[in-house]
Amino acid sequence: MTTQIPDLSEQEQLRYISQQAADARVNVEIETEGMTLNLGPQHPATHGTLRIIAKLDGEQVVAAEPVMGYMHRGYEKLAEVRTYPQVTTLVNRIDWVGSFANETPFILAAEKLMEVEAPPRAQYIRTILHEMSRIANVILGIGDMGVQVGAVTPIFFAFRDREYVLNQIEAVTGGRFHPNFDRIGGLKDDLPAGWIQNTKNAMEKVRDFCDQIEELMYGNEIFQARTRGIGIIPKDVGLAYGLSGVNIRGSGVDWDVRRDNMSPGLVYDQVDWKVWTHPDGDSYSRMWVRLQEVREGTKIVDQLLDQIPSGPIMAKVPRIIKVPAGEAYVETENPLGVMGYYVVSKGDLNPYRVKIRSASFNNVSITPWLLKGVYVPDIITILGSLYFILGDIDR
Amino acid sequence: MISILSVEIPYWGQTTFRVLGGLAAVLLPAGALVYIYLFKLMSFVQSRLGPMEAGPAGSLQLLAEVGKAFQKEDIFPRKADKLVFAAAPFVVLMSTFLLILVVPFGPDAWFVNLDTGIFFALAVSSVSVIGILMAGWASASKYSLLGGLRAAGQLIAYELPLVLAVMGVVIQAGTLNMQEIVYAQAEGEIFGISGIGNPFIITQFIGFAIFLIAMQAELTQPPFDMPVAESELVSGYMTEYSGIRFLLFFIGEFATAGVFSMIASVLFLGGWWVPGLDPDSNLFNILGPAVLFGKVMLVTFLIFWFRFTYPRFREDQLQKLAWKVLIPLSLVNIVATGILKVVF
Repeated sequence: MTTQIPDLSEQEQLRYISQQAADARVNVEIETEGMTLNLGPQHPATHGTLRIIAKLDGEQVVAAEPVMGYMHRGYEKLAEVRTYPQVTTLVNRIDWVGSFANETPFILAAEKLMEVEAPPRAQYIRTILHEMSRIANVILGIGDMGVQVGAVTPIFFAFRDREYVLNQIEAVTGGRFHPNFDRIGGLKDDLPAGWIQNTKNAMEKVRDFCDQIEELMYGNEIFQARTRGIGIIPKDVGLAYGLSGVNIRGSGVDWDVRRDNMSPGLVYDQVDWKVWTHPDGDSYSRMWVRLQEVREGTKIVDQLLDQIPSGPIMAKVPRIIKVPAGEAYVETENPLGVMGYYVVSKGDLNPYRVKIRSASFNNVSITPWLLKGVYVPDIITILGSLYFILGDIDR
Repeated sequence: MISILSVEIPYWGQTTFRVLGGLAAVLLPAGALVYIYLFKLMSFVQSRLGPMEAGPAGSLQLLAEVGKAFQKEDIFPRKADKLVFAAAPFVVLMSTFLLILVVPFGPDAWFVNLDTGIFFALAVSSVSVIGILMAGWASASKYSLLGGLRAAGQLIAYELPLVLAVMGVVIQAGTLNMQEIVYAQAEGEIFGISGIGNPFIITQFIGFAIFLIAMQAELTQPPFDMPVAESELVSGYMTEYSGIRFLLFFIGEFATAGVFSMIASVLFLGGWWVPGLDPDSNLFNILGPAVLFGKVMLVTFLIFWFRFTYPRFREDQLQKLAWKVLIPLSLVNIVATGILKVVF
């Protein structure tokens, strides 16, 4: 170096030298070129077609951008050319692992517009099925989280015990995945014989699964090391991005549509249950709240099964359903978060416009904020803990 | 292997025997591992049946998989470095076959009786890093590159605890020769008690634990499977491979598991020797390979058990485990072993 140290006081000289040294250090450091990594659209972690464009510096994410719409099926537009009873067939393909829950808010919105109310028995069965689809959905999410952090076994346990729930859903609706069972003014059929006891047994199995997975997976040191403190969503940020469901309750926001804003047609107020929250807001707390939610779901189902009233399951509705003109918005607490339908009717056979507010779309919108600065393995952990279903994002 | 036969065999005959024996010693345990543990035990753990159709209880499934891999197209990515890409799986497999050379199967049954046996084994086991780096770099894929670099970092980090864990055994046995390590265990005594010899797993238990963990990482098995992490890097450095070359990687993975377990059982479990029997008896030339195989199945059971149950470490966490826990622990183990060796 030929740089002359200028004539300065001793203190300034020292400062100058240290500054020069710092500059030299920066220059010497190896400059690595950023790399753009395309996670998806076809990628094992996204179980669907979500694409995340991640700009990496080494293994650290500098910026991440989710690209959605690879699976857009245009249900909002399709609903405009379907009659009201036909729309349930479409919408239960939105969140395909908890299908029945997708039908509920739409039917409730239509009922609100028509000013009919389902008979009490139908309301009870509807709530039971809604809750069972939550259990079926969230169990899979918990098992899937295991796969995302590298444990292959939990998902098989999840599939095994989810089957008991799906069998019960199939026994009453005839469909494992797409029940298409909810009707305006009630339900398609009554419960089959022996269903109540079998469902109670299934709920027992689900509780066993929860205990097992809590011990096997949640208690595992590596799982905790991989999820604790990873992907922290502060309360205010989560609310600003419009997160809902478990993802916001995992950040300590005590908000559940089932309790706070229950729409008529469901009977959550008839049972004793608790909304779980966790103050941490990290991946672990989200998964923990999910586990408690499954347990709470089994309790709700058990209680509802005990007090299910007798009576008809269909209210008096006309054979050809024409919904009077008007607008209605109904939201329910679905497995993935708050799901709402804004239905505009002009008094026709078809809805004039349906806007679907699906939970995963909002939940995944936080990823650019959340993924900044994390390591590549943590992208997967965070995506797994946010737990979205691609159909629920793209609709 | 050769010296058990009393007849003179020409050099080419010996070489043929050695090659065939080496192939059998590497591939048979690997096949047994894949079927018994990867197919059947894993299915049992995960409450499913596993392969059931090919052969009785699916026992020919592995052959079917091999046949499938042979039929598949051998795809080279357009931007791949063709030569390096093609050679990488062979480099990985080569390290496995070099490892088997120094494993003794009986008092007179071995391929090469090197005086620096364990040193040679640890040295050639690192050759696979080169193959993995070659595969990661030549694939011209970002996932492969990340996987290859992760693998390199991980394998180099875990080489150290592996070597240091072996140091305890070497101090206790007083030799680097694998055959003599077995004899040291057979003829040794634990603090004056000489009934069952001294399988080093008893006196070197910490060393055995460290060796197992480091071995798990060397084999890139879960919980140390960050390089191949299928939920994030698809398949790591193997992502772009298909057909026969993928099969080679697959064989390499499980054959290396088998061979590493052989070395672990020689070092810590007494190799071909059974407690209570005279190690010099000619019986062990026949019985030895079976005994060793049984011990290999025990060690690999642990490997696969961890594989089925644990989630995977993150890259920085597994580096921390290596540098902050395993290496200090193994150094303490060496010091303790040295002191005890001098005292007793």
